[in-house]
Amino acid sequence: MTRYAIIGNSAAAVGCVEGIRQVDRQGPITVISDEPHHTYSRPLISYLLEGKTDRVRMQYRGADFYEKNGVTPLLGKRAASIDPEKKTIILTSGEKIPYDKLLVAAGSRPFLPPTEGQETVTKVFTFMNLDSALALEQALTPESRVLIVGAGLIGLKCAEGIAHRVNTITVVDMADRILPSILDEAGSKLVQTHLEEKGLTFHLSDCVAKFEPDAATLKSGQRVPFDILVMAVGVRPNTSLIADAGGQVRRGVVTDEFCRTSLPDVYAAGDCAQSFDITTGQERVLALLPNAYMQGETAGIHMAGGEGKPYDRAIPMNAIGFFGLHIITAGSYQGEEVLMQKGNTYKRLFYQDDRLKGYILIGNVERAGIYTSLIREQTPLSSIDFDLICEKPQLMAFSKRARAKALSGAAG
Amino acid sequence: MKRIYVNEKWCLGCHLCEYYCAFANSGEDNMAKALKDVVIHPRIRIEQQGNVSFAVSCRHCQEPLCVKGCISGALTVQNGVISIDSEKCVGCYTCILSCPYGAIMPSDTGAVQKCELCTKNKEGQPACVKGCPNKAIVFEERGEVQ
Repeated sequence: MTRYAIIGNSAAAVGCVEGIRQVDRQGPITVISDEPHHTYSRPLISYLLEGKTDRVRMQYRGADFYEKNGVTPLLGKRAASIDPEKKTIILTSGEKIPYDKLLVAAGSRPFLPPTEGQETVTKVFTFMNLDSALALEQALTPESRVLIVGAGLIGLKCAEGIAHRVNTITVVDMADRILPSILDEAGSKLVQTHLEEKGLTFHLSDCVAKFEPDAATLKSGQRVPFDILVMAVGVRPNTSLIADAGGQVRRGVVTDEFCRTSLPDVYAAGDCAQSFDITTGQERVLALLPNAYMQGETAGIHMAGGEGKPYDRAIPMNAIGFFGLHIITAGSYQGEEVLMQKGNTYKRLFYQDDRLKGYILIGNVERAGIYTSLIREQTPLSSIDFDLICEKPQLMAFSKRARAKALSGAAG
Repeated sequence: MKRIYVNEKWCLGCHLCEYYCAFANSGEDNMAKALKDVVIHPRIRIEQQGNVSFAVSCRHCQEPLCVKGCISGALTVQNGVISIDSEKCVGCYTCILSCPYGAIMPSDTGAVQKCELCTKNKEGQPACVKGCPNKAIVFEERGEVQ
C-alpha cells in the first residue's frame, strides 16, 4: 500500500488529497502543517475581518474531510527537513514520518524588507494566514490609524477587510500605481479613485525610509503617523525543504507537467512551486488558489499512479473586488489591443498571433470566463466573430458547430 | 447523468425559460406574484442575434473549473450536480472568471447563482425544460466524455 505524505494543508494539499482519492481509496495520507487549524480558505481572511464569513463557513472543506478521506492530520507540527534517500520527513519535534510519495505544498511567506527603525514598532502585522488576521483583529480599535506597506492584492484586501473598524488607512507602495501585478495604468487609476472615495489615502512611488514607534518617514520626506503597521510588500515561496534536500529550485520549486520535482517521488504544488505560463511561455510562480488546487490535484492523481492529464494550461488570472467594484483579469498584456471605457466600467483586450493573450475587466465582469477560455484553449480568433467577442463575452461569437458541441454535446 | 441540452434550431427566443427559471427559484407559489414588476435574475440566459437564439445554463461539467477554482469551497459536486452553498460564497467571482460558458452569475445577495437543475426548489425537475414551448431545451442522458 502506498503511503502518501503532504506538507501543507491549504488548496494544493486538499487538491492532492482529492486527486489521490480519485485513484487510490486505500493508501494512508498524512498531512503535516505548522498551522493548528482544520483546512480553511486563506484568501477569506479579509472577508473574515469584514464580517462576510466566519470561522466555520470559511473552512475550505467540511469538518469530516480528513476522516472521510483517510487522512491523518498532523497539525501544529513543522517539517524541518526531507531525506529523499530514506524517504522520510523529519519534523522539528524530531519525529520521523516515512513516505512513498510526497507532496510539498509549503506555500509562501511574507517578505519583510529591512528598514531602519523597524524594531521599534510594536504593533506590526502581516496578512497571510488565519493567525496573522486574528492577531491584527485583536489590535484594531475605532481610533486606529493603520499604515499598510504594499498596494498589491494582499495589502488592499486587508484594507477593505478592516476599513469599517478603524479610523484611517494609509497605503504606501514603491510602484507608481496600485495593483501593479494585475492592472494597467488606467485601470489602476480607476480603482484607486474608487478606494480613495472609500477613505483610503495613497502614497505611491514612495517607500518607508525610517520607522519610529508610531510614525513612518517616507523617502519623499512626508511623515505618516500610525498606531498599527501592516507589512504587505510581497511574498517569497517556501522552497528551502526542497533546496536543502538537493532539489532544483529557481524562483520557486521547479516542477514538470505532473508537478514532479527533480527529487524522486517528491512533488510540489501551490505557491511554493513554479508553473508554465502558456501566455508568456515562461516558468513562473503563479500564486493563485485555482492554480494551487489544480496543481495539487494533478500531483495527487500522478502520485497514486493514475492516468491523469498533465497540468499544462496554467495562466495568470485573478478575480478580486473592493467595496463592490469587481475586477477580473487574465493572461498577459501583450500585442494589439481593444479598449473600452465608460464610467466605472473598463475593458481592455490584448491579442497577438490570432490568439487572445490577456484581458482586464473592471466593473462589468459578467461572463468573463468565456474570455479566459479563449486564452486557456488558445482558440484561433479567426475561427470566431471578432466583433461580437469584443462587444461582450458571448457564445454567439462562436461558429454554429462549436456552439452545438458546447451546448448539446457530451459534457466535458 | 441527465443534463440540460439546448438546440438552437428550435429556440424561438421567447425567453419563457428565463421566466420559468426565475419563478422556480423565487420561492413564491403564484407566478404573477413572483414575476410581476420584478427585474428577474434567471440562471438560464438567452443569447440572441438576428434570427439566431439559444439558451445557456450550467453544463455541470465533469471537470468543473468553477469547483476546482472556488476559493471558499462553496461550489461542490453533489451527485453530478454542481451546487452552490450561498452561505459559504463570499462573491469573489473566481467562478465567473473560470466558467467557459459564462453560466455563473452574480445575484442580489452577494453570492453567485447558477443552475442547479431545480434540485433545490420545489420543482424537482428543470422548470426551463418544462416551460419551453418548442422543446428547444431538453433534459436527458447523452453520455459523458471519458
